[in-house]
Amino acid sequence: MIRTEGLRKRYGAVEALDGIDLDVPEGSVCGLLGPNGAGKTTLVRVLTTLLRPDGGTARVAGCDVVADAARLRHRIGLAGQHAALDEVLTGHQNLELFGRLYHLPRRTARRRAGELLDRFGLTDAGGRPVRTYSGGMRRRLDLAASLIVAPPVLFLDEPTTGLDPRSRLALWDMLRELVAEGTTLLLTTQYLDEADHLARQIVVIDAGRVAAAGSPSQLKAKVGGDRVDVAFREAGDLARGVEVVRGVLPGEPDIDHGERRLAVRVDEGVAALVKVATALDAAGVGVEDLGLRRPTLDEVFLRLTEANAA
Amino acid sequence: MTLLLEPPVTVLDRLRWGVHDTLVIAGRSYARLRAQPGELAGALIFPIIMTVLFGYVFGSAIKLPGGADYRSYLMPGIFMQVMALGVVASATAGAEDMARGVIDRFRVQPIARAAVLAGRSVAEISRGLLSLCMMALCGVLIAGWRPHGTPLETLAGFALLALFGYAMLWVGTYIGLFVRNGAQADAATFSWVFPMTFLANAFVPLDGLPGWLRPLADWNPMSAVVSAARLLFGNPGSAAASWPLRHPVVATLGWCLAILVVFVPLAVRRYRTTTSR
Repeated sequence: MIRTEGLRKRYGAVEALDGIDLDVPEGSVCGLLGPNGAGKTTLVRVLTTLLRPDGGTARVAGCDVVADAARLRHRIGLAGQHAALDEVLTGHQNLELFGRLYHLPRRTARRRAGELLDRFGLTDAGGRPVRTYSGGMRRRLDLAASLIVAPPVLFLDEPTTGLDPRSRLALWDMLRELVAEGTTLLLTTQYLDEADHLARQIVVIDAGRVAAAGSPSQLKAKVGGDRVDVAFREAGDLARGVEVVRGVLPGEPDIDHGERRLAVRVDEGVAALVKVATALDAAGVGVEDLGLRRPTLDEVFLRLTEANAA
Repeated sequence: MTLLLEPPVTVLDRLRWGVHDTLVIAGRSYARLRAQPGELAGALIFPIIMTVLFGYVFGSAIKLPGGADYRSYLMPGIFMQVMALGVVASATAGAEDMARGVIDRFRVQPIARAAVLAGRSVAEISRGLLSLCMMALCGVLIAGWRPHGTPLETLAGFALLALFGYAMLWVGTYIGLFVRNGAQADAATFSWVFPMTFLANAFVPLDGLPGWLRPLADWNPMSAVVSAARLLFGNPGSAAASWPLRHPVVATLGWCLAILVVFVPLAVRRYRTTTSR
């Protein structure tokens, strides 16, 4: 549904996109991760016809983003980093305006505005000017505005930045619903848990290149296996615990004195956990918490992008 | 029922879509105006203050050649200033859309390329005309201003002022596409338009100007507009030595056309290639 090959975009001397290959199948969610300035927003702008690429090809919903831009604009929705709304007009007027600009007949545009306000829980607020809306309501209205023609492909550029946790969860639910209905979704985010929750496919981009791509679990596996995590009761327990762990596991533990914790990378998962637990118990070390933990996407992200951060 | 449409293919269809888009965008501006009618009234406060300040305070010290009535001389200048300051409003409106990303939303939609700017210009000029009419009424009431020409000449006077306003708002539109927010747009327009309205024959006759400044004022498009309005309204004018002020109607038409020919394509091109940050 979204496919790019060797996509390039240059700003002066900076290669904002330095040969991006991307393949997002119909009805799936692709999460675009990357540090600030990695090229996420540039990529979204090229795919939504806002910017012309300098090289490579990109097709979205069967349309070339350059040659077929006019047709493509009927088939995509975009919700950007800011809620792109007219603050003076009401929620209903905003949706009707954008509907009319998709060339829907006035009556259809009006009906569609009502439907979308209803769907996003904004029916009561629909008659109020947007400047009276909360941040969460604006985001919902902005998302509604990008869904007016029920486009098969939806682009979201940092959709939940600046939202409180409750609004974020509500927005995630709405996005899952859309995907269940068959919408293809490409979203950029700086929140790794967001990508983890929503996306089946994650693409990490850094300095205009694809640094890694795959499912969340594939990416986690790439960074290395599981960790055994132990929290100790007292400082003395930590010191003894470190010796015990060194005795039973090959890896060198990372020690956090302040938190009285240690973490050690292991290959054999549960077996290693049992070994550590048994040995600690036998040595009589005071343990507060003990667990086996997969690497978080944060660790994957930091590992994959740290080379360029220096 | 699918909501996905195909883009227009024939020239006629394209034209129809373009007109439709322009009207929808203009409709948006009208809806904004209806939602905040105070804006329109507020925009009149400034020219009314200028009328009182010049008509009754500074004007008492300004002697026109032949002892003509200063307030009748002043009003066409005030009308011109109202139209010129349309630059500020159009730049601000554009910059705010840009800052909010509304421009990006429009550009992602299947809208005729020039329609967003064209639609806004239609709305802005109708707003400008409304201000002009109300200001003319204020002129009649507080400055005793009267047009003395034929109805056709009076109409032509207002039409020239409107044309000048229309040209100026395209300048504002272009500037609005460069700045980052409404406050910057205000600063980037008012700071030169306002002084420029004084470097013209709007408020004082040009005879007293030092020699090096005189050509600037003579060739200021605003001087031509004011002279043309005075001529058509039959209001007192001042001696004209330079070509544009001896042929003010032709000069006004020429200036406005020149401004439009330069700034409409520039603004449309800038709109097509820029994105909000």
